[in-house]
Amino acid sequence: MARITAGVATSHIPALGVAVDLGKTAEAYWAPAFAGYEWTRAWQAAEAKPDVVILVFNDHATAFDMKLIPTFAIGCAERFVPADEGWGPRPVPVVEGHPDLAWHIAQSLILDEFDMTIINDMDVDHGLTVPLSMNFGTDAAFTTPAAWPCKVIPLAVNVVTFPPPTGNRCWALGEAVARAVASFPEDLNVQIWGTGGMSHQLQGPRAGLINRDWDNGFLDGLIGDSDRLRHVPHIEYLRETGSEGIEMVMWLVMRGALGRETRLLHRHYHVPASNTAVGHIVLEPVA
Amino acid sequence: MTDIHAYFAELEDIPGTRVYTGKRAREGYHLNQFAMSLMKADNRARWKADEAAYLADWHLTDEQRKAVLSRDYNRLLDLGGNIYFLAKMFSTDGLSFVQAVSTMTGMSVEDYQAMMVAGGRSAVGQRSIRANAASGDNKGAN
Repeated sequence: MARITAGVATSHIPALGVAVDLGKTAEAYWAPAFAGYEWTRAWQAAEAKPDVVILVFNDHATAFDMKLIPTFAIGCAERFVPADEGWGPRPVPVVEGHPDLAWHIAQSLILDEFDMTIINDMDVDHGLTVPLSMNFGTDAAFTTPAAWPCKVIPLAVNVVTFPPPTGNRCWALGEAVARAVASFPEDLNVQIWGTGGMSHQLQGPRAGLINRDWDNGFLDGLIGDSDRLRHVPHIEYLRETGSEGIEMVMWLVMRGALGRETRLLHRHYHVPASNTAVGHIVLEPVA
Repeated sequence: MTDIHAYFAELEDIPGTRVYTGKRAREGYHLNQFAMSLMKADNRARWKADEAAYLADWHLTDEQRKAVLSRDYNRLLDLGGNIYFLAKMFSTDGLSFVQAVSTMTGMSVEDYQAMMVAGGRSAVGQRSIRANAASGDNKGAN
């Protein structure tokens, strides 16, 4: 049977992708942000070795414009091409999907009363490709591998147009994803990733807001058997972590999928990368 | 059940912030779709050749048109623009997120970057317009 073996959360800041693509990860400004991913890359390559990653992310006016705004959407295609976000596509490998598992999850979620949108054709932006760059590859220079080492199922969440789904709903979706994975007959090592965050605001006179204490409290809340993060209201993310900090509800899909209790494997926090606080955590479910 | 009126009222209580609600999404629909069109290289070339002529094909209000041409990003947020869509405009201008975002803060790019390296903008005094008014602290209130 397929099983969820670990959860990873990471910021998906586009500037991290640019630093990778231009070979700048060792520069003084970027090195501390990237250093916190070295443990994860070694662990992914040597120990974790997922067959499939369910990657929870948001599209940033790339695949979805204002014509269609799905709250939860799952990518069921054979492959997903890195998008041209306006300055040419990132020079990273095409993302291979897992249509059998993706369709199974989509169908299972709908029967479990999560009314998913199904995506059969989508270009993927930095929200999806930057986390892959941060997790995969083995050399110290963060060179992008020739191919990503696993299949990826994109799970897109609307966090751009208000209201996004509640934290509680995201957590419950994660629980339903875990049930769906557990009923897939093939033996697969599946990880679930939550991406985006941490504190950042990209708009208006309040831009540049960072809240180190709140962010670290959020990281704390993902560890162990607490479910207090389910009940953090949207307004708290906005007041405490900036207008774009709301992306952190996507981390709760990951947390919900790990079950009642988690164990911390690795944690990293750094300010700043561009406008944003970098947060990263690796968790495993406690059986 | 969340009280929808209280929910949206609170979103308007954050200093220096325009949360992208359905109301703004409606007002800014054509503005954001115009910005989205700049994802295509051919469109970027036509836009750069004659911005006003390019805009004539889009159903923008006069205020939106003026704010686009003058790159007044705070005004565009007021008129329904969303930052991820507006990013197509400033990227076409060759600006990074840091460069474009700093223009909305009234700070120079250098000062803004220095603030970020020093740990970013504190949330203190930036959480609530109402709370600031009650304490007589008007910092960032608008």
